[in-house]
Amino acid sequence: MEPDRSALSAGARQERRLGWLLCAPAVVVMIAVTAYPVGYAVYLSLQRYDLRFPGRAEFVGLSNYGAVLTSSFWWDAFWVTLFITAVSVAIELVLGMGLALVMHRTIFWRGVVRTSVLIPYGIVTVVAAFSWQYAWTPDLGYLAELLPQGDAPLTEQWPALWLIILAEVWKTTPFMALLLLAGLALVPEETLRAAMVDGATAWQRFTKIMLPLMKPAILVALLFRTLDAFRIFDNIYILTAGAQGTGSVSILGYDNLFTALNLGIGSAISVLIFICVGIIAFTFVKLFGAAAPGAEVKR
Amino acid sequence: MAEIILEGVTKRFPDGSLAVKDVDLEIADGEFVILVGPSGCGKSTTLNMIAGLEDITEGTLRIGDRVVNDLAPKERDVAMVFQSYALYPHMSVRENMGFPLRLAKVDKATIDAKVTEAAQILDLTEYLDRKPANLSGGQRQRVAMGRAIVRDPKAFLMDEPLSNLDAKLRVQMRTQISRLQRRLGTTTVYVTHDQTEAMTLGDRVVVMRQGLVQQIGTPAELYDLPRNIFVAGFIGSPAMNFLNATLEGGALRSPVGDLPLDDRTRRSLEEQNAPREVIIGLRPEAFEDAALSHERDRTGPVFTATVEVLESLGSDVYVYFTAEGGPATTTELEELAKDSGLRDTGADTHQIVARLDAATRAREGEPMELRVDVAKAHVFDPASGANLTHPERVD
Amino acid sequence: MAAVGKTHAARWGVLNVLVVLYALFPVGWIAALSFKNPSTLTDGNYIPTDWTWDNYRGIFETSEFTRALINSIGIALIATAIAVALGTMAAYAVARLRFPGKRVLIGMSLLIAMFPPISLVSPLFNIERIIGIFDTWIGLIIPYMTFSLPLAIYTLSAFFREIPWDLEKAAKVDGATPAQAFRMVIVPLAAPGVFTTAILVFIFCWNDFLFAISLTSTESARTVPAAIAFFTGSSQFQQPTGSIAAAAVVITIPIIVFVLLFQRRIVAGLTSGAVKG
Repeated sequence: MEPDRSALSAGARQERRLGWLLCAPAVVVMIAVTAYPVGYAVYLSLQRYDLRFPGRAEFVGLSNYGAVLTSSFWWDAFWVTLFITAVSVAIELVLGMGLALVMHRTIFWRGVVRTSVLIPYGIVTVVAAFSWQYAWTPDLGYLAELLPQGDAPLTEQWPALWLIILAEVWKTTPFMALLLLAGLALVPEETLRAAMVDGATAWQRFTKIMLPLMKPAILVALLFRTLDAFRIFDNIYILTAGAQGTGSVSILGYDNLFTALNLGIGSAISVLIFICVGIIAFTFVKLFGAAAPGAEVKR
Repeated sequence: MAEIILEGVTKRFPDGSLAVKDVDLEIADGEFVILVGPSGCGKSTTLNMIAGLEDITEGTLRIGDRVVNDLAPKERDVAMVFQSYALYPHMSVRENMGFPLRLAKVDKATIDAKVTEAAQILDLTEYLDRKPANLSGGQRQRVAMGRAIVRDPKAFLMDEPLSNLDAKLRVQMRTQISRLQRRLGTTTVYVTHDQTEAMTLGDRVVVMRQGLVQQIGTPAELYDLPRNIFVAGFIGSPAMNFLNATLEGGALRSPVGDLPLDDRTRRSLEEQNAPREVIIGLRPEAFEDAALSHERDRTGPVFTATVEVLESLGSDVYVYFTAEGGPATTTELEELAKDSGLRDTGADTHQIVARLDAATRAREGEPMELRVDVAKAHVFDPASGANLTHPERVD
Repeated sequence: MAAVGKTHAARWGVLNVLVVLYALFPVGWIAALSFKNPSTLTDGNYIPTDWTWDNYRGIFETSEFTRALINSIGIALIATAIAVALGTMAAYAVARLRFPGKRVLIGMSLLIAMFPPISLVSPLFNIERIIGIFDTWIGLIIPYMTFSLPLAIYTLSAFFREIPWDLEKAAKVDGATPAQAFRMVIVPLAAPGVFTTAILVFIFCWNDFLFAISLTSTESARTVPAAIAFFTGSSQFQQPTGSIAAAAVVITIPIIVFVLLFQRRIVAGLTSGAVKG
């Protein structure tokens, strides 16, 4: 086949213009709703801006950042977020792989399994969070019944953290599993048969054939889920509202904005979270070479 | 219906590479012309330029009496059959075939009549309400043909329309296309990489290589009078055998013996200033079993070779043997070998093949005597690839 | 062989049941809660002993919930429609056209897909108050469609790439203008992909909580997830548990319907955009 390219003639110019025209609305919206506000957030974060005293707003340089970074609230929330992210993503990867294998290999009920797995993915996080909260509330929930009398796990830091992780894992493992399932579909059946004939055990086929071939899918799934988990908000808000040292950085930012009404500090936290997410994404792409989905568009 | 004229048509891609260079081609009204060549030779790009799917960088393209360089495909009134058939999967066969007419705002009754007629010609009547997904490969191919013929366009453009069919069906469809084209008398440009298709279908064949036209001629001309070593090697199956030879005292010293030159050839070689080292090309039928030749035909030189492989096709017998002195190689021949996939099979390209009468008593592993018909030998210049025995005539 | 097949089947059967239980247990629990009456609410049983519709009756009597439901549906539908429309245009360009800046667009949407929403909440909160769209539908529609645009662009461009390029060429040669080729050939073929994308985007908007609690202050634009977090119960002595459970079930119904009807499409949509060969 001859390469399908054309000279930069009238046709190509027209194609170019059409491309820009079609992308323009999406680009304008994305820039207007993210780039501009992010700039504005940076601006706000350099102000002393307390909504209770709007008249006293003034430029204070980086002192909001200084205040946040020297406060134990930020660092507590930061480590809590990191802990939740690392643990839940690790569990999700293992569980998700299992789930993906079941969905991929099961010999019957495949539709039923896939359908039920989609429910945690689709369900409103707040709804699921309430379900977990009630399940663990003493005198109300079936799971709290299983605990010794008087135990209220959501009111203690460590049990509450694990329950937050449980809620997060339950809700998002299916998404991880679906991404891994797509990766599994890329492993040719014949390659596995060949390995079987060559004498590889099931475990060897999994570790030596499937995992290496699935590596791109795994990395993309990890990247997506890590970034997503770092932004955790809904589950914590419903389960503990961030009490007993269970608040994530997003909860901290929200509290400063809407409870303390301190726009300056709140914005500084927002910008810091943005930077953290940037670092995570950069690390993934540079360190593991996770291929950004859609990054290579060919036609 | 119309003639199609290409004058100096050139295609340059944005990266500067030249896909098609300076093609001059006059296709007469009603003619069936084949563009053939290995992949990347520019044949599909040429076809796409005629269709209006690629811009023409330089040169003029006329369809009928109009210059159509800057016209959109829809204004050129040509129909195209794609290699993938490009049937619209969401439309039934009837809707697919009627689509061009619908776009041309033809009234419904006429569309129906034309589609029905085309379906009859192509034996598709019972499938008219099916979707393409429910058709076999051959049926899909016919629907693609049907979509082209309903419009009664100025020209048919076909881009490897048979290459997705299995071998048997391909031969059947080849005949059908040929018959259809004769019946409709529509100018047709047909792209293929298969030289058998090119030889059997076309009124004239255009052989292309690396964006350049190598030779334009009837199938017989290309076969008998190839202008250069590329055309000689590309046309014909099994391919022409190429051997290194030396011109010495009115004869060609070659691995298959000394071949005396006849007067015409000698004169031609002198006129062309032939070098001392040349390549000779012998088609498989230039050999015959010396044991079978009639008394009066015993004129050519005879040599002995050991048969390595023997393939009997019933009507003919192919014998493969190795000649001393090794095979001739030029860049053109390398390219042909690569294109045919011979390199990938690890096959022995040094072998010479001869087509013999079925009556031969040759046996594998045994020596036999072969006679060479010197009149059928071609002599090529290794540097330019030009055919020195049948030089390009200056008209 | 038959014996091996049987244990094999049994093993998969157990695994399948485990997966289904995993997925449905919490959902079943909140549904069960919604059918309990106040006296049996705290009995700790998974399955209600006394079934009642009171909780549902209760929430549909208050504007707090009905208004939120209308908000949720309206906002999610409008945001979905806009995001899918803009996404379709951009995705077609990404999948089919050559133009400089394509990589920038892809990079930008990837960036936004990774964006922490909390970072936008503070500036949007302030900007929306200044220009007067705080606590309005449009104030939520804007962030929703923005954050779902990357999802829409990825999913749709994956679908567009699957449409054979030859079809468009064929349409052109058949006499179609570029607009006709798009409308008569590309759109019908892309429709399933667009539909799938719309479902995914709708689920995304339907699910949001952070923007909903940050950018609203009254019933006028508060969506259901935010509203149930603020449920107070019909009297101050009564816990809102039953109402929350009932409201939770109501907003889960559309999700379940989508999942049941379009399981195959949703799986295809989720995976096509995210992982390529």
